[in-house]
Amino acid sequence: MSVRVRIGPEDFDLSAEVAALHAGDGAVGAVVSFVGLVRDRQDGQGISRMELEHYPGMTENAIEAMIDAAQQRFQIHAARVVHRVGVLEPLEQIVLVAVSAAHRGQAFEACEFLMDYLKTQAPFWKKEHTADGARWVDARSSDDTALQRWGVASANGL
Amino acid sequence: MNVQVHYFASLREALGATESVEVAAGTTLAGLRDLLLAHSPRHAEVLSRGRLLRCALDQRLCDESTVIAAGAEVAFFPPVTGG
Repeated sequence: MSVRVRIGPEDFDLSAEVAALHAGDGAVGAVVSFVGLVRDRQDGQGISRMELEHYPGMTENAIEAMIDAAQQRFQIHAARVVHRVGVLEPLEQIVLVAVSAAHRGQAFEACEFLMDYLKTQAPFWKKEHTADGARWVDARSSDDTALQRWGVASANGL
Repeated sequence: MNVQVHYFASLREALGATESVEVAAGTTLAGLRDLLLAHSPRHAEVLSRGRLLRCALDQRLCDESTVIAAGAEVAFFPPVTGG
């Protein structure tokens, strides 16, 4: 099986990742992908740079477990998660979640499930740099709510 | 027994990436947090009970009620904000 999880500073090519996800699998009729980007603003304030920290080892294992959970819950063929760490500039890509399935419904659902899971359960931390200095991004309770609709409890945000 | 504690994000900036602590057998993560709170005013501030923190034992998210086994890897960190 191809690599399902990749964490590192390197950028990714959406087309290449999607092509690799379903290469040689003629039963796949749908691929859904989500790409997260660095915004250049937050609450009306300009963001000049974003730093991403992670817990090496635990992050990879946590996301592997999420993909296992998605494969048990949905009828999907394969899934792949790429997440960048280090210093990123506005407009750069941060994260890719791509899922392949026979039909679109399961692929859409599994992709959203994986993103909701990742937001609240994978050990990454963002630090924003603004004209006023740097600040760690606060977790949001709306991300917990998003995961709870899948029947998974989460208490990450305030 | 000796436990290696890892910190991330704002906790790492305040306390350093790791520290080694001596704890009694049967200590829970909550017990360890209480011990660490008493180490310094800076520990008291960033590990304060008023702050929502998450913790991991051997690289798995867990509750603070979990008992720490000998040789375990422990981590405390703020709520996660990836994606």
